[in-house]
Amino acid sequence: MRNHQTTEDIALGIRRRVFEHAMRNNGGYLSQACSAAEQLAWLYNEELNLGAPTLPMIPKPFGGVPHADNPDYHTGAGYNGPFEPDLDRLFIAPAHYALVAYATLVETGRMAAEGLEMFNQDGSSVEMIGAEHSPGMEVHNGTLGIGLSTAAGLAWGRRRRGESGRVWVFMSDGEVQEGQTWEAIQACAHHRIDNVLAIMDVNNQQCDGAMDSVMEVGDIKTKMEAFGAVAVEIDGHDLDAMREAVKTPHEGKPLIILAQTNPFHTMPILEERFPRLHYVRFKSEEERARMNTSIAQSLGVDPIDYAH
Amino acid sequence: MVDMVNRPYERAFEQHALANPDVLCISADLTSSCEIDKFRDNHPDQFLSMGMAEQNMMSFCGGLGLAGFRPFVHTFGVFTYRRPYDQLMASIAYPRRKVRIMGFLPGITTPGGMTHQAIEDIAVMRSMPNMTILETGDATEVESICAAADSIDGPVYCRVLRGSVPRLFDTPIKVGEMREISLGDDVLIVTAGITTEEAMRATRALEAAGVSVRHLHLHTIKPFDAGALLDHIGAVRGGVITLENHVTEGGIGSLVAEVMADNGIGKKLRRLGLKDTYAHGGSRAYLMRYYGLDALALTRGVEDLLGQPLGITEEDLAQARVEAVHSLAKAEGL
Ligand SMILES: Cc1ncc(C[n+]2csc(CCOP(=O)(O)OP(=O)(O)O)c2C)c(N)n1
Ligand SMILES: [Mg+2]
Repeated sequence: MRNHQTTEDIALGIRRRVFEHAMRNNGGYLSQACSAAEQLAWLYNEELNLGAPTLPMIPKPFGGVPHADNPDYHTGAGYNGPFEPDLDRLFIAPAHYALVAYATLVETGRMAAEGLEMFNQDGSSVEMIGAEHSPGMEVHNGTLGIGLSTAAGLAWGRRRRGESGRVWVFMSDGEVQEGQTWEAIQACAHHRIDNVLAIMDVNNQQCDGAMDSVMEVGDIKTKMEAFGAVAVEIDGHDLDAMREAVKTPHEGKPLIILAQTNPFHTMPILEERFPRLHYVRFKSEEERARMNTSIAQSLGVDPIDYAH
Repeated sequence: MVDMVNRPYERAFEQHALANPDVLCISADLTSSCEIDKFRDNHPDQFLSMGMAEQNMMSFCGGLGLAGFRPFVHTFGVFTYRRPYDQLMASIAYPRRKVRIMGFLPGITTPGGMTHQAIEDIAVMRSMPNMTILETGDATEVESICAAADSIDGPVYCRVLRGSVPRLFDTPIKVGEMREISLGDDVLIVTAGITTEEAMRATRALEAAGVSVRHLHLHTIKPFDAGALLDHIGAVRGGVITLENHVTEGGIGSLVAEVMADNGIGKKLRRLGLKDTYAHGGSRAYLMRYYGLDALALTRGVEDLLGQPLGITEEDLAQARVEAVHSLAKAEGL
């Protein structure tokens, strides 16, 4: 499944798809594509050891929630391949990054492009806030700060069962405001769980704007190390830096890569919207048109014909 | 058509907070989603940003209460009680701090799926000693929610509607009372929040099909005036039906069932709402249809209650304008 395309190409493809989607829908989680495209492209195209998808390329409609009367219920994890002892698992902890994650599945050949068109449509499993039945998702993470804990438990269990596969978590920096994130690191350190690895999109942004204006979190790396993780800070748009960071020894500790990113990377016009980038909804047709022209040019595509 | 009011909470909160200097505006990184972004920008001294850290925020508000302030907590309803349940109990409910919890996007009014949908909040809060529960069903109730909540000597949980909200009523919330929307004598319909508008639509169609409807709207869920409800139950022949934007366990359906059982009322009761299920992401109209929370589900429920088909179709409901019921409500001086 890997290396049909370069990771750079995949990152660009993710941004193009999210851009097209945001234009057609008059807004979306566009900034998250700017900040996180390299991280998700790198995970899926290089770092994760995943098997071929086990679920249909065109996602099935919503199939009900877990219930004793719903025996056919399954999660969307099959888009990341089968559960095998030697294969990795991935959680998208900030579930609002789902659009970017779905675009990654499309770019890496794990989901058909039609899947993205089902995004946030009534009756579809391709939900706006990734649900555990959404493509590529295995657990519900829309309530932020729970992903790393679940991953730690899964990692402990897999180690106990002698499995060599790792558990990866894609995290957001907003999550460090939640106390649970720190409890998770503490538990990993205490139980010497080192088969859990995370990459965090440190875009310095949250819903209300710049994190420093909402709730300062200080030096994340120092805090994480104090709680018992190995933390490595990198430029989150530098793939070589990611490739190096993951080699950092972390015996007995979780490895957390802090990807410092720019929330308007490759779409400089989005800076106009700073500091409110969490969900970009175009304020007027004029703005939409202007962003369309500018971002299309930045990404090397034609403007989106969103009227049709 | 019924009047739609844009962002009624925004103005109502500002007005109330400016008149009450001990009121503080607390936010958990959903400031514009809870319509308090202008307040933050215009009145920064009365605004505290607590970040995305709900557990700390709840105990912190307990401390503010101890210092004599009346914090209004703003975030999505679901984030006010699921994660910080223990903090809510120990720091706020037990010591009866005057914390006003403004829970936005109640039930399936959010497309965010399970993690964003507060579908059991009323059950949780009803079982919490000392907690008062209010729910808004229209713009007038949203406009009066701040004053109503702030009149309570203790903690309050409110389900608040945001964005474009219909105006169904013309009198403010009177805590402890209920609204009598119609006073027929075949069936008693009890609703709260967004299901009231559905019931108003259903009422028109039901009346046209020959069913005389008595309809109560609850804005005060706890404490609850059982006496008034009993009088209304006594006034109908055919039984009681509840419709709620919530699971049927522990919400207003349970509340009505408890009152009936406690008082030995042998009438039939149908409780409509989310039936022991989580919901999922989707538009409000789609989810209301999928989970049986809309006017159509209510008319089917009434058919079931009365044991007779009424032949009401979706078109009948689409044609049932809320405004007619609205003017009826006015005529009754509610
Ligand atoms: C427990 C919890 N509280 C609040 C929210 C609402 N919420 C969703 S995303 C978000 C901002 C978090 O920051 P981050 O994940 O860094 O977002 P981004 O960089 O994409 O803006 C908030 C507060 C939530 N999903 N979960
Ligand atoms: Mg962020």
